[in-house]
Amino acid sequence: MTTMTIAKAINEGLRTALTDNPKSLLMGEDIGALGGVYRVTDGLIGEFGPDRVVDTPLAESGIIGTAIGLALRGYTPVCEIQFDGFVFPGFNQITTQLAKMHARSNGNLTVPVVIRIPYGGGIGSVEHHSESPEALFAHTAGLRIITPSNPHDAYWMIQQAVDCQDPVIIFEPKRRYWLKGEVDVEAPGLAEDPFKAHVLRAGTDATIVAYGPLVPVALAAANAAEEDGRSVEVIDLRSISPLDFDTVTASVKKTGRLIVAHEAPTFGGIGGEIAARISERAFHSLEAPVIRVGGFHMPYPVAKVEEDYLPDIDRILEALDRALSY
Amino acid sequence: MGTHLPATEFDGTAVDDQREADAEAVMGEPPAQMVQLLGPDGKLGFDPVFTGYAEKLTAEKLRGLYADMAAIRRFDVEATALQRQGQLALWVPLTGQEAAQIGSGRASQPQDYIFPTYREHGVAWTRNVDLAELLRQFRGVSNGGWNPKDTNFHLYTLVLAAQTLHAVGYAMGIQRDQKLAASSAAVVRSDGQDNGAAAPDAAVIAYFGDGASSEGDVHESMVFASSYNAPVVFFCQNNHWAISVPTNVQTRVPLSNRAKGYGFPGIRVDGNDVIAVHAVTEWALEHARQGKGPVLIEAFTYRVGAHTTADDPTKYRESEEEDAWRAKDPLKRLEKYLRAEGLADEAFFAKVKADGDELAAYVRRTTHDLETPDIRSAFANTYVEAHPLVAEELAWFEEYSAGFATEEEPARQAVTAQASQEAGH
Ligand SMILES: Cc1ncc(C[n+]2csc(CCOP(=O)(O)OP(=O)(O)O)c2C)c(N)n1
Ligand SMILES: [Mg+2]
Repeated sequence: MTTMTIAKAINEGLRTALTDNPKSLLMGEDIGALGGVYRVTDGLIGEFGPDRVVDTPLAESGIIGTAIGLALRGYTPVCEIQFDGFVFPGFNQITTQLAKMHARSNGNLTVPVVIRIPYGGGIGSVEHHSESPEALFAHTAGLRIITPSNPHDAYWMIQQAVDCQDPVIIFEPKRRYWLKGEVDVEAPGLAEDPFKAHVLRAGTDATIVAYGPLVPVALAAANAAEEDGRSVEVIDLRSISPLDFDTVTASVKKTGRLIVAHEAPTFGGIGGEIAARISERAFHSLEAPVIRVGGFHMPYPVAKVEEDYLPDIDRILEALDRALSY
Repeated sequence: MGTHLPATEFDGTAVDDQREADAEAVMGEPPAQMVQLLGPDGKLGFDPVFTGYAEKLTAEKLRGLYADMAAIRRFDVEATALQRQGQLALWVPLTGQEAAQIGSGRASQPQDYIFPTYREHGVAWTRNVDLAELLRQFRGVSNGGWNPKDTNFHLYTLVLAAQTLHAVGYAMGIQRDQKLAASSAAVVRSDGQDNGAAAPDAAVIAYFGDGASSEGDVHESMVFASSYNAPVVFFCQNNHWAISVPTNVQTRVPLSNRAKGYGFPGIRVDGNDVIAVHAVTEWALEHARQGKGPVLIEAFTYRVGAHTTADDPTKYRESEEEDAWRAKDPLKRLEKYLRAEGLADEAFFAKVKADGDELAAYVRRTTHDLETPDIRSAFANTYVEAHPLVAEELAWFEEYSAGFATEEEPARQAVTAQASQEAGH
């Protein structure tokens, strides 16, 4: 066990992947000498050279599109998108090409491209640097989408993504890059399957589902609720596509109440998908409607008011109270 | 195999062009064809086309250009300090690029419309944008901060290169306005009535960086501009770096050469020479306003400071390079010229300094006083017309916030207590 931050854990995970898989390579803007704007690729160009750690021209469509070509030639590119809001010049390549190549080729072609996207708010930044666009990608069949909430998961997930034969997008919770935790670099243990949700805290009165940056918030809310005598289960979703409905359903069958929290706007979001699925799978166990806590239907607001926008402990507790009031 | 394209379109010069382009490959120093009028030594040179434009700059205008450059450099220092003090979330410094920005901005006319990136504070200054309003974005109280309709200076665009297409579309609108005005003038004339003064011809400037030049949007914007002969000037500030990535990752030929491929003129100008930048931009805007189509200007300059206050250039470049460019400083060379020619005296430079200090004090004061925004305005501005989901979420937010206002207790307990009361627990 070693203690490290999420940023360092991804850095170490990438180092291991580059070492273990000679056909893997990193691509992105400023990922070389600078080590990425979040230093996630720090030191890697020195160790692996510019053929394996590629400082690309400034063009996201170019990054994703050429990564697809490299993948067709047998490579496993790991692309860094500098910020959530800058993925969109590459959106066409991701949704029309990357996601569909395997299907279009009747299963003959595989494009195991990995895309890393730092996402989410809470860092007091300027516009386009705080967004949570995961639902836009989750709606696209052919992509797998995972999001670590702690260093151990981050270390293993990046390697599992490189190993996976499907395209994988890793949404990295940027405001938690400096969150420290224990990492077992010898064995993944519970992190064996990146597409499985984890029950982080057992409870009987209600379930809170969260992922990425809101996992620590959900845990804090559950702890606060406990002081008021409520027993709350917390699930870290870990994977958005596929989504581990079995784990969520089992929890709701036990607690009867479900709150889903994410930074992304609730309208058209992952929370809505979970609510619909759970009402289909566990209708008779539900004591209350599934309640979503998330961003509002507006462009991510300016830094000085992002606290009013982002779900926090209070917002989750308010939702919990509503759920428990039925 | 394959068919050959008609010789009229491809007459063999393509190969020569390629050789020429190879020879011109960017290797540190700019190639000789860069337009420069005022050298780092402060001596005025000659250019067959652009000297004529430079000669239009009176002593007063030259002093004005110097004062502008000094003002925004002072502003840059102040904004950087405000960021350090926590008054701004981020600052994007422009030091080193004053001539490129002031020279081009001052060449524009009020009726022209400007699409900046996020570093064009100097251009903003020439368009009379209140610098305190400009700081709103960097303080995190607004995503815009000024009304573009007041100054014809568009909002900053942070998604690189997106604005280049907006600029071309705007220029296409100008073309249509001109046709509409011409046809309505014809109608009015036949009625024998006075149509009043016609609107002056206008053009558009699209700013972007050497890094952004790689984005697909820049290519598409140049295709559209060329296809429709749109009155747009593409103004690329090649400041040699896109954060940590040097320009030779983006291009192997001078960026200005790319214009040739789209079929319009491309000019590389010494971006630290305010006289040349002004002359070239004035020429290009005239060219565009006269219906002769787009122009690409590459201002060869240098980002002397960090990319932003969050950046550390020592990670990726040598300080010798920075020093070499400091020696080409845009302000110093104009100062040398003004002094040598006796166009400005000590009192002038003292006044510029005093004005700078006053500007800095104003910016400091107004930044502290900038409003604290309210998320309600974000609800209000998401749509033009009423939207039921926004209304519903706003109503929820109001009710939710009201729950905090009445309680003295810490927020969490307040909500928990109140809600559990309501729930009858
Ligand atoms: C589409 C997009 N991708 C990435 C970024 C992140 N980013 C911001 S500035 C920058 C470098 C831009 O370099 P350049 O175009 O040369 O302009 P400069 O900053 O030098 O003025 C990058 C990569 C962005 N803002 N937008
Ligand atoms: Mg640049």
